[in-house]
Amino acid sequence: MIALSDYLLLAGLMFAIAVAGIFINRKNVIILLMCIELMLLAVNINFVAFSHFLGDTAGQVFVFFILTVAAAEAAIGLAILVILFRGRQTINVDELDLLKG
Amino acid sequence: MAFLYLLIVLAPLAGAIGAGFFSARLGRVGAHRMTILGVGISCALSLAVLAGFIWGDLKVFNDSIYTWMIADGIRFEIGFLVDRLTALMMATVTFVSFMVHIYTIGYMADDEHNWPQGSLAGKHSYQRFFSYISLFTFSMLMLVMSNNFIQLFFGWEAVGLVSYLLIGFWATRESAVYANLKAFLVNRVGDFGFILGIAAVGMYFNSMNYSEVFAQAPQFADTQVAILGGVSLMTLICILLFIGAMGKSAQVPLHVWLPDSMEGPTPISALIHAATMVTAGIFMVARMSPLYELSTTALSFVLIIGAVTAFFMGLIGLVQNDIKRVVAYSTLSQLGYMVAALGASAYAAGIFHLMTHAFFKALLFLAAGSVIIAMHHDQDIRNMGGLWKKMPITWLTALVGSLALIAFPGFSGFFSKDAIIEAVGHSQVFGAHFAWILLTVGALVTALYSFRMYYLVFHGKPRMDEHTRSHLHETPWVVTGPLIALAIPSIFIGWFTVEPLLVSNWLGDAIHVAHEHDSLHALAEHWHGQMAFIEHGMHGWPFLLAMSGLGLATLIWWFGVKLMPNLDALLQRAGGPLTRILQDKYGFDDFNQRVFAGGGLGLGRLFWNAGDQVLIDGAVVNGSARSVGRLAGQVRWLQSGLLYHYAMAMIVGLVGLLTLYVVF
Repeated sequence: MIALSDYLLLAGLMFAIAVAGIFINRKNVIILLMCIELMLLAVNINFVAFSHFLGDTAGQVFVFFILTVAAAEAAIGLAILVILFRGRQTINVDELDLLKG
Repeated sequence: MAFLYLLIVLAPLAGAIGAGFFSARLGRVGAHRMTILGVGISCALSLAVLAGFIWGDLKVFNDSIYTWMIADGIRFEIGFLVDRLTALMMATVTFVSFMVHIYTIGYMADDEHNWPQGSLAGKHSYQRFFSYISLFTFSMLMLVMSNNFIQLFFGWEAVGLVSYLLIGFWATRESAVYANLKAFLVNRVGDFGFILGIAAVGMYFNSMNYSEVFAQAPQFADTQVAILGGVSLMTLICILLFIGAMGKSAQVPLHVWLPDSMEGPTPISALIHAATMVTAGIFMVARMSPLYELSTTALSFVLIIGAVTAFFMGLIGLVQNDIKRVVAYSTLSQLGYMVAALGASAYAAGIFHLMTHAFFKALLFLAAGSVIIAMHHDQDIRNMGGLWKKMPITWLTALVGSLALIAFPGFSGFFSKDAIIEAVGHSQVFGAHFAWILLTVGALVTALYSFRMYYLVFHGKPRMDEHTRSHLHETPWVVTGPLIALAIPSIFIGWFTVEPLLVSNWLGDAIHVAHEHDSLHALAEHWHGQMAFIEHGMHGWPFLLAMSGLGLATLIWWFGVKLMPNLDALLQRAGGPLTRILQDKYGFDDFNQRVFAGGGLGLGRLFWNAGDQVLIDGAVVNGSARSVGRLAGQVRWLQSGLLYHYAMAMIVGLVGLLTLYVVF
């Protein structure tokens, strides 16, 4: 029997990997987007696990919402990425410092 | 009666408003008719009031017309106190003012020439001038008819304002603007003392009304005030009020504005700076006699200031070459005589001299103005001479004025000036002896400068250029008429008024003299008629000195100048350092310019540099901006613009918050 703590451990691990990916990745914006997706998935696993163990299906409904929003977000993110590339001829994260004070 | 007195005051005001605000619609003739009518009404009524006091049995009027406000129990009112002193002042002021109004028609007739082409201020200058002199008459009447300190102060400031406006009447001339600013500022210094005096009265007496204050005054005779180690309250009040009088009546050291005020048109030099406004201080002190009688210290102060002014300002008159300035210095000197009379408690003699002086000094000024008109506005007596043939009326009236000024026996000035010197001789206050010497020698100086001017202007060879000489002619009747009308009282008024004013105490309760100060007492005791007074005066020092001054002046500036045309200049050069001191006016102007004007400028520069530039601009305004900039410069390295830095910050923050939440 797989315990709730195992699921939470997995989700936490996935989240940590995603965060590490955001920090460590200095090259590609696409990887950033993928890391964000990974974070959302980690959250989803939490939702599903709690839903199952607490016997409340509302959690699973939320997962669907999050998946939908994630899909839309990925679409917009990729669209921004395309525009960005057209403008700056690069998607290198190190060079994207327009907000510098 | 209230209605009558209101009419006397308001008629000139109506004229001033009409001529001032409707100058374009009224036109020149309408404006001078309206103002002359207004002043004429108030002159006629004032003379009627005076006649009522002399021959009728007019009662003293002392009532409030209107309550302006009541603050902390002190009533601020507009009210009139018309007693014999006031009636005399009203008649003098309105009569001289009336004469000056008529004279102005002639003097200002071609005023357009005094303005630059197309000057906006010069457009209705004629009407404006009439408006101002009527406004002055209103202000002066408010001052003399007041029954309380507040209205007195109003009149006091209003005459100062009109004086300022009129000295700078030709506002396109730099010297006129300098002079009117100077007059205004110097008067402010005096007014500061004056209002402190009024405030002291309000604080201790809790009333602004003359009669209430005077009634309470004896109770405060021994009160001490803890200022400067304790002074008597009465001394403090009297000296503060007298500082106001020193400003208005041009006494040393606040006299510096009066000679400069000659930048104004001559009619106002006659009206304001000789006959009426400058006598406001004399009138005020006489009005406050119940207060001054309680302080021997203040009387002594007044006496010494007056005597110093009388003598030393007369001396300056000897080296002046501008005809109006000679008369201006003689005004200063004569005001000094009046103030000295006040200091000797001979208030009646001071007021007497005020009245006779108003006539003959207005006469002298208007005569000088008449000469100036004929000379095409050249005022330098070195360029005149021999005018007696061309201007007989001006010549004769100026002679009358000069004789009255030097106290020639029988002329009005003789009675008043001799009475003053006699009174000072009998006075017992500190410094009376010193003052008597100055005033007596002053008689010699008066004769010298008056007849120096008289001979240089009217006798000797004509020294003006060919063009001016060929145009010389007597001035029109609007100018000579007032001269004659003023010459008559200049001769006779002294003879007729000396007995009631000085001997039989005609002023009555208006003036209060303490028994031990009564310096006119001796004069009244030995009174045997005017002739006896003249005879007695002819044995005295003042007469001898005045006559020797007259003789000396004749010798030098008539016979001497005939033989040597440049004798006057030679004499001035021979005077050497003495002449220089006199020409520098004892350095008062330089001192004021350097210490007060220069000091004020330096102080201003200090505040500008240290206060404004460094403190406000440097530290507060730019300083705060700079420190924000510096802080921003420090903080900006946090804004790398790199996403992972921000994400890192978010995570660190999140972890931090969670830790906080979990641990605590």
